[in-house]
Amino acid sequence: MTVSEKILARASGRDRVSPGDVVLARVDKVMVHDVGGPGVVEVFKELEQKGLKVERLFDPDRVIAIEDHFVPPPDQKSAQNLKVLEGFVRRFGINKYYRYGLGQYGVCHVITYEERLVLPGEVYVGTDSHTTTTGALGSFAVGMGHTDVAYVLMYGRIWFRVPETMLFRLEGTLRDRVMAKDVILKILKDIGADGATYKAMQFSGDGVRSMPIEERLTLTNMSVEAGAKNGIIEPDEKILDYFGGGISPVYGDEDASYSETYSYDLQSVEPMVAKPYSPANGVEARELEGTPIDKAYIGSCTGGKYYDLVKAAEVLKGRRVKVRLEVIPATQGVYRKALDSGLLKIFLDAGAMVGPPTCGACLGGHMGVLAEGEVAISSTNRNFPGRMGHRGSKVYLASPATVAASAVTGYITDPRDLKA
Amino acid sequence: MKLRGFAHKFGDNIDTDEIIPGPYLKEQDPRKLAEHAMEGADPEFVKKVRPGDFIVAGRNFGCGSSREHAPLALRYSGVKAVLALSFARIFYRNSVDGGHLLPVEIGIDAYEGIGDGDELELDLDEGLVKDLTTGKGYRVKPIPELVRRIIEAGGLFSLKPEELL
Ligand code: SF4
Repeated sequence: MTVSEKILARASGRDRVSPGDVVLARVDKVMVHDVGGPGVVEVFKELEQKGLKVERLFDPDRVIAIEDHFVPPPDQKSAQNLKVLEGFVRRFGINKYYRYGLGQYGVCHVITYEERLVLPGEVYVGTDSHTTTTGALGSFAVGMGHTDVAYVLMYGRIWFRVPETMLFRLEGTLRDRVMAKDVILKILKDIGADGATYKAMQFSGDGVRSMPIEERLTLTNMSVEAGAKNGIIEPDEKILDYFGGGISPVYGDEDASYSETYSYDLQSVEPMVAKPYSPANGVEARELEGTPIDKAYIGSCTGGKYYDLVKAAEVLKGRRVKVRLEVIPATQGVYRKALDSGLLKIFLDAGAMVGPPTCGACLGGHMGVLAEGEVAISSTNRNFPGRMGHRGSKVYLASPATVAASAVTGYITDPRDLKA
Repeated sequence: MKLRGFAHKFGDNIDTDEIIPGPYLKEQDPRKLAEHAMEGADPEFVKKVRPGDFIVAGRNFGCGSSREHAPLALRYSGVKAVLALSFARIFYRNSVDGGHLLPVEIGIDAYEGIGDGDELELDLDEGLVKDLTTGKGYRVKPIPELVRRIIEAGGLFSLKPEELL
């Protein structure tokens, strides 16, 4: 069995599962945010109208509540949703609760990583498609809608169809200024926007081991952009050290079978850019060199982690931007580190705006949405029509290094061309 | 189970941002969501759709975010079923578990044969979709057993965990 199969077997109390089996699995951790949480509340309300009172959650200690999409609230509706989420948290006695203006908070997938909320080997579901991100730490992490999450909150169990696993072997190391984002954009280009539908995407090999954990998170984050059910990486030393004991990691068997196996030599990966309107529309950044942009955005669960800011700052140090650059650290934790290590100064000196942690413009919500006809380069994960603002705007997806380099020149730029 | 309605045709990779754009995620009232259904793909859709209608789409319908607002908005706009070459998994699951609408996989023959605005009759027991406008019939892919049970029960909450397997 693969690692995903083994986790599902363990969670459903079976010795063996095979792809295609439908299992009823115990869920270890559940996450709701300020968009999904109020949806769950609606589901519970409906149940109560039908006479089914929800007295308690299956285990409030396994529930995580996070404010991230519309914070700070840009309007009254968003403020109301935060209140609804708060009411839910209080009513059911949830104590893992991350709120803006009260210490640590920010984009959910970076919070679960920084706070070590989901352990290797666990089954984790959340009201967000990029819940797959957390699989980089060795969990079976799946995004769901609010009905499914409400069901898990009530029963602690839910059905899964055991996915086939696609294996991506990454060998070698990335060259300077090439990032995990470039690797996943290349993979998406190769397999397409539905290339992994219903399947698990597993990443392995020296290439993965050589990456910092935060880079691995980018791989599993964007697995959902190929339609994957989950993205996963088996724990290595770095992960074991990160959790520091008290965990029971799960590994696949030697003879596990994979539906497909792909190999990539990281040495040969070039900076990539995904053109509008699909994350699978990748081309090498150099092919688009000279494409003018109106704005550059560094942020989100994909490209607003601390390592992402470090790599952007390396490019920006001592330079000034020619087009607007927005830098949105993914969490308060990232923000603080960037302050302490001097990265914020580099961004401000370059002329960038640094904003508070939020999903914000990543989903076209608030704080820097695009006008009709505007073109952005962004370290986020989706460039669907209207994703970051007007339906007639355009988003190019790239690594934080490429976004930073492009902000400096005003057009799409391979970050290696800015050297010296 | 037999359903009858008119077809609204769309292409491949219709994503959830097109089905219900991000800014509306603040909205919890499904009737308000429905006022913006498919806005990102066809701003005129809500003016055209009638209760009981079908969406007919290409590959990977509903890709992108896990927002259940997407099938919810379609449901309250009147859409009863989506017939597509394939679905993104979260959209598929949300449609079924939320009891919102029927996701049905069709073949390329049906996708190419059915025209925008054609009147359709979907017969799940026979596994057929009939184009009443052209008189042609097409096979649809069988619906998995568990999915069918959840749909017949009216959504996931109608079944206890033990009843799922
Ligand atoms: S940062 Fe963007 S992609 Fe990530 S959870 Fe927030 S809205 Fe979704």
